This record gives sequence, C-alpha cells and structure tokens, in this order.
Amino acid sequence: MSGPSTYQPQNPVMKWLEARLPIAGLVHSSFIAYPTPRNLNYWWTFGAILSMMLAVQIVTGIVLAMHYTPETTLAFDSVERIVRDVNYGWLLRNMHAAGASMFFIAVYVHMLRGLYYGSYKAPREVLWILGVIIYLLMMATGFMGYVLPWGQMSFWGATVITNLFSAFPYVGDSIVTLLWGGYSVGNPTLNRFFSLHYLLPFVIAGVVVLHVWALHVTGQNNPAGVEPKTEKDTVPFTPYATLKDVFGMSCFLVFYSWFIFYMPNYLGDADNYIPANPGVTPAHIVPEWYYLPFYAILRSIPNKLLGVVAMFGAILVLLFLPWLDSCKVRSSRYRPLAKKFFWGFVATCLLLGWLGAKPAEGIYTVLGRVFTFCYFAYFLIVLPVLSRVEKTLPLPNSIADDVLAKGKVGKAVAASIAVLFAFGVTLGGGSTAKAAEHEESPPSQDWTFAGPFGKYDRAQLQRGFKIYKEVCSNCHSLKLLQYRNLAEPGGPEFTLDQAKAIAAEAQIKDGPNDAGDMFERPGRIADTFKSPFPNEQAARAANGGAAPPDMSLLAKARSYPRGFPQFIFDLFTQFQEQGPNYIDALLQGYQDTPPEGFNLPDGSFYNKWYPGHSIKMPPPLQDGMVTYDDGTPQTLPQYAKDVASFLMWAAEPHLEARKRLGLQVMIFLIILSGLLYFTKRKVWANAH
Amino acid sequence: MKGLGIVTTQSSAEPTRRDFLYIATGAVAAVGAAAAVWPFVSQMNPDASTIAAGAPIEVDLTPIAQGQDIKVFWRGKPIYIMNRTPKQVEEAVKTPLSDLKDPETDQARTKAGHENWLVVTGICTHLGCIPIAHEGNYDGFFCPCHGSQYDSSGRIRQGPAPLNLPVPPYQFVSDSKIQIG
Ligand code: FES
Repeated sequence: MSGPSTYQPQNPVMKWLEARLPIAGLVHSSFIAYPTPRNLNYWWTFGAILSMMLAVQIVTGIVLAMHYTPETTLAFDSVERIVRDVNYGWLLRNMHAAGASMFFIAVYVHMLRGLYYGSYKAPREVLWILGVIIYLLMMATGFMGYVLPWGQMSFWGATVITNLFSAFPYVGDSIVTLLWGGYSVGNPTLNRFFSLHYLLPFVIAGVVVLHVWALHVTGQNNPAGVEPKTEKDTVPFTPYATLKDVFGMSCFLVFYSWFIFYMPNYLGDADNYIPANPGVTPAHIVPEWYYLPFYAILRSIPNKLLGVVAMFGAILVLLFLPWLDSCKVRSSRYRPLAKKFFWGFVATCLLLGWLGAKPAEGIYTVLGRVFTFCYFAYFLIVLPVLSRVEKTLPLPNSIADDVLAKGKVGKAVAASIAVLFAFGVTLGGGSTAKAAEHEESPPSQDWTFAGPFGKYDRAQLQRGFKIYKEVCSNCHSLKLLQYRNLAEPGGPEFTLDQAKAIAAEAQIKDGPNDAGDMFERPGRIADTFKSPFPNEQAARAANGGAAPPDMSLLAKARSYPRGFPQFIFDLFTQFQEQGPNYIDALLQGYQDTPPEGFNLPDGSFYNKWYPGHSIKMPPPLQDGMVTYDDGTPQTLPQYAKDVASFLMWAAEPHLEARKRLGLQVMIFLIILSGLLYFTKRKVWANAH
Repeated sequence: MKGLGIVTTQSSAEPTRRDFLYIATGAVAAVGAAAAVWPFVSQMNPDASTIAAGAPIEVDLTPIAQGQDIKVFWRGKPIYIMNRTPKQVEEAVKTPLSDLKDPETDQARTKAGHENWLVVTGICTHLGCIPIAHEGNYDGFFCPCHGSQYDSSGRIRQGPAPLNLPVPPYQFVSDSKIQIG
C-alpha cells in the first residue's frame, strides 16, 4: 500500500483494468512483492491470526444473527433453539463464543509482542495507536456480545458495566439512563446492544485496514529492531511470510478447535445458562476472562470515580506508550533491564487477572492495590526512567547479520509454551472465584459421555427419562425439549412410535378454535414437554415460595470451582462434568439431622451439597421408588446417576455429534499443519 | 527468489518430491476450506423444529356449507378446502382434456366418494400469489397478480401460470374429517 506499484500485468484484460482501477497492483504490492524482514519469528504470525479471527467472528456472527431474536422474553430461548435445532447451530455458536476468547488471546499475544520488541516506537506510533483503538473497539464489541444470550451473567454484566458511567459527577446518571433507554437494563438496552454488536466488527475491520496501511508505509518491525537496509535483509511477502502465517493460523486453529469441540463451556460461566432474572443477582459477578485485569484495577481503588478512571486509564495509557518509552533501541533483546521488567509486567497482568476473579475482600484487595500500582508504575515510572539510564547492548549491523548469528529456535518454543501455560492460568482464573466458600466438591463420577470419545448410554438415558417422568416432572418443567427429541439420534433414541405414545399421554393446551375457545388435545411429537405448572407464580405458590427451576439446562447451569491447579489439568483432560456430578451428589446429599449448630428454617431440608445447605425440595428419590424393567438395581445411587445423565443429554443433545466432528476436524488440522510445516520449510530453504 | 516457488520449474520434467508436497498441501487445504463452507450453507435449511411442526393436521369439514370454502394453513402454505356445488362438479368433470393447458381429470384431483370436496394448495403456479376463490370465468379461482384463471377443479385455464393448483397429500379419516399431510 505504499508508493507506486511495480506490478506489470501481461494479460490485456488485466492491463485494461489496471489502467482504470489498480486493485491488482495494490494486492500485488501489499501482499505479494511487499518486502518483509527475513528474521521475523512466529510471534509475528499473530497479525494474520487476528485477521482470520475477525473474519471468523464476522461470518459466524452474521449467520447467528439470522436465527437470533433480540427481545428480552425470546433472546435466551432463541439462542437455545440455535444450539438445538438449527443445522450445525451448536457448531456455529461454539465457534462464535470460543472465537471471542481466541480473538482476545491472539490480541494479547500481539500486543505483548509489540511491547517486547518496541514496535510502537518511531516511526510506528500511529500504527500502535490504531492498534489500541482496535483493542478498545474489541472490548466494547465483546461486552455487548456477551449480553445478547440474556442469561444471568449477561444481564448483570450489562448492569454493572453500564453503571460504571454513573461514576461521573453530575452527568453520570443521565448517561446511564441514555445507555439503557429506560430506568434499568431492559428490552431497549438489548436491542441497541444487538445493533451495535453487529455494527462494531465492521468498524474494527475498517480500522484494521488503516492499521495495515500504516504498517505497509513504515514496514514491519522485527526481532532485532533494526530497519532493513539492503535487499538481503528482506524476503517477499509471498510465499515466505504467507506460508509462515498460514502455518501459524493452522496451528492456532488446532488450539481453537479444542475449545469448540471439547471444552465449549470452559471459558464461559455456568450462571449464563440461567435466564436473566432482574430480581436476583448471582453470588459472584465475574466478567469474561479477558476483562479481569481491568476489573481488578477497578475494584482495588476504594473510590467509585477514581476506580473507573483508573480502569479506563489502564487502557488509555497505552496510547502514550511511544512517548513514555523514549529509548532509541527497540527490541528488548538488547535491553537487559527492560526485558526483566517486561516479564514482571506480564506477571503483573496475569496476577491482576487472577485477582479480578477473586472476591474483593481481605488479602485480595491488598494484593489488588499492590499490582495496580505495579501496572501503572511500569508505564509511568519504569519505562521513562529506563529509557534514560539503561545501558543497552550493541545492535547487530543488519537483519542479515542477525539471521546468521541466531539459532535459538528451542528458546522461542519454550517461551511459547510458557506463555500458553500462563494464559491457561488466567483463563481458568474465573473458575476459582468461588473456591473460598466451599471446602469440599462433589465426588467425580464415571460418566459414559466424558472425554473425547464420550457417548451417552441409551439405556441409561431411557431410565433417566423414566425417573424424570415419574418423579421430577411433577414439579420441574423441561421447556426447551420437545417430545420429538426423545427419538432423535444421539439421545435416548426411543422409537418414533414410543415418542408419539409418550407425547400422546400429555394433554396439551391448544387453540383458540373457531369458536375462540382454548381446548386440550393429546400431545404430538412437535409439542414442547408439558410443564407441571401453568406459570411461575403457580409453581412458586405450590412449592412454599421457591419455584422449582426448569431442568432443560440444569446440567450446564450448575458448577463448582475446581481450584488451582486442577482447572488447568481439566483443560487437557477435557473435564466438563461438574453439572452432572453436582446433580448426582445433591440427590444423595440429604441428611435427616443437620450438623450440630446448623439452624434449619422450617419447611426446609438439610442437603450437604446445596449452596447454603438449606433446600426447599424434599428428598425426591428413595430406593425402589421407580421400577426398572431391565434388571438395573433400583437404588438411590443408580437413580441419581441415571437422571443426571438424562439431564446432561437434555442440556446438550448434540454432545455426541460435537465430539465426533471434533475428532475429524482435529485429525484434519493436524495433518494440514504438518504438511504446511514441511512446505514452509522447503520454501524457506531457498531463502537461507 | 522470484516467482511463487510453488510452480514447477521447467527444467524438471518429472514431478519431484517437492511438487508432490506442494500439491498435497494445497489439495488438503482446499478440501478443508470446502468442507468448512458446508455448515454455513446447511444452517439456511429449515431447522428441526420447523420440520417437526410440518406434521399432518386434521380439518373438520362439517362447518363448510355447499358452495363455500375455507382456507387452512399447513407448512405455512394456504390450503383451499372447497365444498363444490353439483354444477361446479359437473363443469369440472365435463371439460374435455384437450381444453386444458395441464391436462388432468377431475377424478384424479378428488377422492372417490367425496367428489364435492376440492382440496388444493392456494398458491398460484405463476409466481406465488394467492388466487381468489369463486372468481374468474371458470367458476374456480382467479389470481389478481397477473390474471391467471383456474377452473372449479383448480386447473389452469387462462393466463400466464403454467400448471394446475397442486393437490396436497390428504385423506378422509371420516366422512366429515380430513387429514392433510
Ligand atoms: S402470480 Fe398468479 S398470475 Fe402471476
């Protein structure tokens, strides 16, 4: 995108076009002939990875918007309909949700790379500032996207974040009302967030074009931080950089697919599987992991306005980085002190992220203040002082010299692994949030559907359904399921006739008929499972004030913290069965006499695993209560396990398809990455 | 360093190992890209709940007097159920096939023993407008969009539409009740 193109078309059609619209020349000079420093390492592939992620988010987002309904009473269910009924809807949704996290992982790597190698220094200041603007836009887009599923975390995240603006004196409340379009977060808020969430990615794409433009004017920085001088210092973008980038993207896709197909809920919050309820705030409001460091800064400052200012300041300070660090040497490779402080800064960010997921109390607040200080000190004290006093090491004469001198591939690999591990720590930080409260976790059961090859046990799901029908369904609805689901592949797989018979047993309200009356008719397989109560008020009145929750998503909406370092191992072992473990334990967790000193309210029961231990539901299952025809023992532990499996299927009916496709995709991507690696090596062999 | 490095050099007459690697990589990548497109296309098709909701419906015929018709919806499409007068039936049966653009007998379009009942999908075969019943020159249907005329058996007689109004799958469950679908 800089200077006149050297592109000389041979084909007459291309010549004709080039004389009128030099687009082929633009592409040629920007992405083919464009000289890139020959010493770029793999950290430089994250720019391409980010472009790929932006494209993935836009494409999956447009598709999801075709099925999503931005209306408070329908939004939550419409997302579930996407996941359950739309062809490949579960895949598209997982891609988009995990894609947001991947986008942020990649952008953090990209930013830290810029920080380490001094890519923000003259003449690349504008390039850097455009990058910070993209990052801010990403934060806004990610936040509004998280609101759209309209779960508990969506709603309360929206409430908390918009309330940040109320900190501004005089105008704060008016700003917040303006953002909401009402007196609380509600339908107008959801509508505008949807509209803006659709718009902002295209704004990002526009700024990305400017970012790339600026990049192509100044040229890329490189690990040595010296500008290319002769032709020997550079290689043409295609095929050298392109192949390296494509290989990097392919490896990143392997990482991304791990989350899409095997750990879709690892990065999310179980509370977001509970529909938004403006009357109940979840025990811990935790933002998405990528905001945690800033959330920690916000909370560490005891003054509302100053907290908000510090939080925004933590991002805005990046805009001034080119002038805060005036050292002429770019790369930290040649700045021994700056290098140490850089890693200290990385550690500070990770620790702030960890603190952001912790309750704001006791030692965490103190630590939060210490690391908030460290964060700002890095930019406002360390870098300005270092740039004046630091003794830098001698720079290589040219990039070509640098290439000849190095051979430390192993070191770079080790560093990548360390960084990925560190990211894992932050990612999982959210799940430790509640660790302080519970001394013990429900025991882990063996589930047939666990692990990469997991499948539901059909007979078990059928038994679980029997328990649901005979026991649970007296109080609990299953509103997201239809009778037809019982006969669909990957579930209990009743025959179609069995499903029809089950449906016909229910009397479904229909109408109005020609006379304008509602009437009852036998259920059809397209009908939704009949709810035991006509509405929530009736459910509440019949159950001593506590409405029995809908069970469709129970197995995904209940979780417990796994603690450090267990949650990191969980990422590798694909542990996702907190929900079924909890349900299984809860059903068996009743104790006739509460422990000494526990004050049990009237009409409640003591349950070891229920949060707070006092539950309104009487023990629902006893040995021998439900008759099994297949000789399975009719015991409480067996019942608990069967019904927990059934509820897992109810919450995730396409689990088997997800894992099956995941295996295929993984094998494919690993083969592709291998081929790309060797191709890249062959091509680069010419350049050395 | 000129060129793409991916094209075969002229000097090597036989494919080399390097060429094979490039072709294999390109082919695998292309297959992957093509496969990745499929979910994005497939999601446009009707989802599982839409398909399930297209289950058969039952319609009670008792309220429809002779010479009247009702419109019901099945799979989102309007279905005309018309209780034809003897005159309408006679006209439909007597029309010679040679007069028809899309030749089909009235018997083939109704159920034996229930000849007075005409059940047709009320969507003009021209461009999808809904024809109006009991209008036009043939005592059948008239499409206001571009003037297609259908007779009392729903057969195209005049205008731009090429085909008869289709008869949806249906059967009589009793003398006064049909199941569509
Ligand atoms: S649509 Fe009926 S005549 Fe054109």
